[in-house]
Amino acid sequence: MLNVVKAELRKMKRPSLLYVNIGILSFLSILFTSLVFLRTGSSLGNRKGGSDSIQTAESLGKFDGGYFTFGLMSLFLGLIALTVFASQSSNEYSYGTLRNLLVRQPSRMKLLGGKFFAMVVFAFLLITFVAVLNIGLSFAESGHAHISTSLWTSTKAIHGFLTLYGNILLATIGYGLVGMSLGIILKSPMSAISISLLWFMVLENILSAVLTSAAKWLPGNALSAISAGGAKIFSYQRGLLMSGAYLLLFGGVATILFKRRDVAS
Amino acid sequence: MPELAISVRDLTKVYGEQTAVSHATFDIPLGTVCGFVGPNGSGKTTTIRMLLGLISPTGGTGTVLGEDIRSPEKYLSRVGAMIEGPAFYPMLSGRENLKVLADLGGFSYSRVDSLLIKVGLGDRGGSKFKTYSLGMKQRLGIAAALLPDPQLLILDEPTNGLDPNGIQEIRELIKELADNGTSVFVSSHILSELEMISEYLVMLRKGKVIFTGRTQELLGRQNSITLIKPEYQVDLNRLVEITKGLGYEIRIENGSIQIPVNAEFGAILNRAAFEAGITLMSISTQQPTLEETFFEMTEEN
Repeated sequence: MLNVVKAELRKMKRPSLLYVNIGILSFLSILFTSLVFLRTGSSLGNRKGGSDSIQTAESLGKFDGGYFTFGLMSLFLGLIALTVFASQSSNEYSYGTLRNLLVRQPSRMKLLGGKFFAMVVFAFLLITFVAVLNIGLSFAESGHAHISTSLWTSTKAIHGFLTLYGNILLATIGYGLVGMSLGIILKSPMSAISISLLWFMVLENILSAVLTSAAKWLPGNALSAISAGGAKIFSYQRGLLMSGAYLLLFGGVATILFKRRDVAS
Repeated sequence: MPELAISVRDLTKVYGEQTAVSHATFDIPLGTVCGFVGPNGSGKTTTIRMLLGLISPTGGTGTVLGEDIRSPEKYLSRVGAMIEGPAFYPMLSGRENLKVLADLGGFSYSRVDSLLIKVGLGDRGGSKFKTYSLGMKQRLGIAAALLPDPQLLILDEPTNGLDPNGIQEIRELIKELADNGTSVFVSSHILSELEMISEYLVMLRKGKVIFTGRTQELLGRQNSITLIKPEYQVDLNRLVEITKGLGYEIRIENGSIQIPVNAEFGAILNRAAFEAGITLMSISTQQPTLEETFFEMTEEN
């Protein structure tokens, strides 16, 4: 399986995939950090929720201020993982390269497992990059915003960061697994990406707004609850349980198809 | 050590109501080049896919290098294959594409550059696959198939898109591999090429094996063609009448009469023509080509 991971990582380090994603995440990190830190105390607010949710120099000076913007990146990391995992798995069908892979690694379960672990490594590296960048930018911009950083390196801050990091990693892998499963089931990157984005970005939001009772059953909300360490409508435990159930369903169907389906093109 | 590179018995693949391969049975000895021929849709690629574990047979059994085709992991590390044309990642270079497969199979990178040179891509290995011409893509596919230094090489239409020089290079490469003991199972539409390199043949028609055996055995089964040409063209019609009178079916082409008979009948015809006062300018005999045999056996023209 290690050979599969190595081969997959070679594909994923191609500039068009790696640098584009790093570029997008860097841009968003700089944007969010600038908005949050340069507009502390602004009457217009500096985060979602407008003036009701203003981050002040005092609130950002607390132990979690150093990784506050990293937490804002969780949804974007999830969506990037979803698109990367979906395209990496479905492109094998659309390019016809799956047959080459299966000739060199005939064990389909090893191939699938190796692909999954490679994508987890990719997600881990992207999340680490975003964490380092956001914390670095937060330290850099704290001076302009007159924010004290003394609590940012406390034991409590490190513990809080590691918890957030773990939760974001779990949620990102969850989004990625949905993308990977849809990529295998639909065999088309365009279909897999567009359907999953449409669901997570549009349909789930509409459903949550219209059918409030349905909100606590939706997979996107469950994954968001994990990355946030729990939400109003979803406890952390419920988020884990619901996400696990959905991923078991999607992953199970994809695994059965990948293992049994004839590779005829 | 198995004696057969490939052996299948009653191998069958059914898709819904359609039978793609029906009870295919053939043996390919180790160390030979075997041509795999048949019209489009005759089941060649489906058979190759079953041999490579890409699809499951509906029925029948088979072995590759002595191992059951239902356990491809036992033999694929010793098999190189190019199926249905070259398929690679367009955004990666030719070299990177080969390295992906080398990673996957646990092969040394040192083979990558030497294979790129071997297939004539030494100076384009760093270019993205999407910039390659069809011929270059085909060459990369062959390099990928050679990556494991295979005991058995399975090639599906390896000369597609290649220019005459490229076709000759591939022919030489296959000969060289066969000389070094590699078994080669190759399907191609260029039957003249297969005739030159294949010691064995498997011929399919509508999913069924219609011939399996030595190429010379197949060609020897067919009648030779004797060509006779009169010295004077005015004698052609009389010569036609004489030949028909002897009970032969004939065809006239470029002032010659073609008769599907063996060389020994040349003397009979010569004597009959002489007795009728016709001087023959030439009598020659031609063996049927694989292409002619193929058309005859597959009823396609």
